[in-house]
Amino acid sequence: MEYVDPLTGFRVDGRRPNEMRKLKGEVGVVARADGSALFEMGNTRVIAAVYGPREVQNKGQQVNSKEALVRCEYRMAEFSTGDRRRKPKGDRRSTEISLVIRQTMEASILTHLMPRSQIDIFVQVLQADGGTRSACINAATLALADAGIPMRDIVTSCSAGYLCSTPLLDLNYLEDSAGGADVTVGILAKMDKVTLLQMDAKLAMDTFENVMGLAIEGCKAIATYIREVLLENTKRLECQRG
Amino acid sequence: MRDLHLSLNQTQRVRLEAALHELQSLTPAAASAAAVTVADTIPVNQEDNILKGHGTSDQDGEVVATLCGVVERVNKLVYVRTLRARYKPEVGDIIVGRVIEIAPKRWRLEINFSQDAVLMLSSMNLPDGIQRRRTAVDELNMRSIFEENDVICAEVRGFQHDGSLHLQARSEKYGKLERGQLLTVPPYLVKRKKQHFHHLAQYDVDLILGCNGFIWVGEHVVVDEKVKATEDQQKSSDEAENFTPLETRKHICRLANAVRVLSALGFTLTVELIIETAEASASSNVEVNDMLGAEFYVQTAEREAKRRADLLRKKNGAR
Repeated sequence: MEYVDPLTGFRVDGRRPNEMRKLKGEVGVVARADGSALFEMGNTRVIAAVYGPREVQNKGQQVNSKEALVRCEYRMAEFSTGDRRRKPKGDRRSTEISLVIRQTMEASILTHLMPRSQIDIFVQVLQADGGTRSACINAATLALADAGIPMRDIVTSCSAGYLCSTPLLDLNYLEDSAGGADVTVGILAKMDKVTLLQMDAKLAMDTFENVMGLAIEGCKAIATYIREVLLENTKRLECQRG
Repeated sequence: MRDLHLSLNQTQRVRLEAALHELQSLTPAAASAAAVTVADTIPVNQEDNILKGHGTSDQDGEVVATLCGVVERVNKLVYVRTLRARYKPEVGDIIVGRVIEIAPKRWRLEINFSQDAVLMLSSMNLPDGIQRRRTAVDELNMRSIFEENDVICAEVRGFQHDGSLHLQARSEKYGKLERGQLLTVPPYLVKRKKQHFHHLAQYDVDLILGCNGFIWVGEHVVVDEKVKATEDQQKSSDEAENFTPLETRKHICRLANAVRVLSALGFTLTVELIIETAEASASSNVEVNDMLGAEFYVQTAEREAKRRADLLRKKNGAR
């Protein structure tokens, strides 16, 4: 199958190779949560809710009482994929993604400022169309910032792939399942540090660098967007408070 | 918009947008210019050695925000005031909390802080009002003072060495709150004032604006009840005093709904504003249950925009 049109250079969904899907971020969607956000990347749609910092519920999980405990739960809604299948809660895929998101977010949260407390992050995929783990990380960042949890930097994530000898930014489900390489990168946008790097195929060294560079560009674009959303939200709250 | 999910029709949406836009134009430009998000650089003059306060960190010699909020500068101190965040206790704050656990010699309270607060048996007045050492019998009778899920009003005493937060309730005005409603709002909407207890005589209602964003609206209790004999009180309180007149209950609901609407709109909660909103609803014949509807919501936003515009005009006129 042609994933990039040889004549026009467009992808299956009409994007250019280095073009991202449409982003949409909304803050404060869950009433009872301390912070919450909805994040869309094209047809991928993710909701995140943050509770905390609050009292540690299970004292056994607390390793270091001088730092906050960060927990994360990733779930896919049953209606999120094309075939409606009930997935068990602790399947390997979601456990792995929960761990990935937790580690990525923990790198940015200033946990030492909130001793003896825990922060819970719940992310749920409402519509899956490729790049769910990137979307989850972006949603979690927005939700954490909304909850007023101190962070070193904005964490954003974006994926990139390599199909038809072209590096492609922000793969959708069709391109994701094509069997090519899929590189997911998470960065601290301002400090220019990588907190997450995953790849599930082999790539030549020089092409990998190109693909990763493209993904980092994508991350930076998302960071700019997320900051716009947050700044607008902060200004709105301040104006209404008067 | 966080707590209320309203279905606004076209005109209401336009009116709400107009009102919010008006509010935006009324705030001084400096306030919105000082808004920062996570990882924004805060411009400072490097020459005068500044102090970095909450919500800031140092990255490569630059002052960087770690929170979303508004930059505040007090002399040399630069800090970020957060908007939506959990409660940050300060000594002397009056708070409302809920008992979640009874532990030896102490109650644990949920107060919207990152940990549970502790109220020691020794840091509150006993019901008999005598100052004495707390005995083992007192400890056994703790549940007769406060039970789990009771709502309590207390004062922040301070942090202990181990970092836990201690409360105290050494006055008649603190203690168990009954016959009313507890509302939770974001803590940034409650400003620290001299007075947090309010007796609204015209409604026969007590209003407590807890600094932690827990707000109590309940029937007025006379504080100097304790003068009466204690046995006498026990008997009468069971039957006759458990009854709250319907009129008072309606007032409680009206005030509570006023708080709900104001907090959903994100307006700072002051007693004057709450009373004004409740009064406006009563005078325009809005039923208590209709107060959370779209129409009153939009009206409240418009009224607030008008009020702030008037305030600004008065201020400018005075100059």
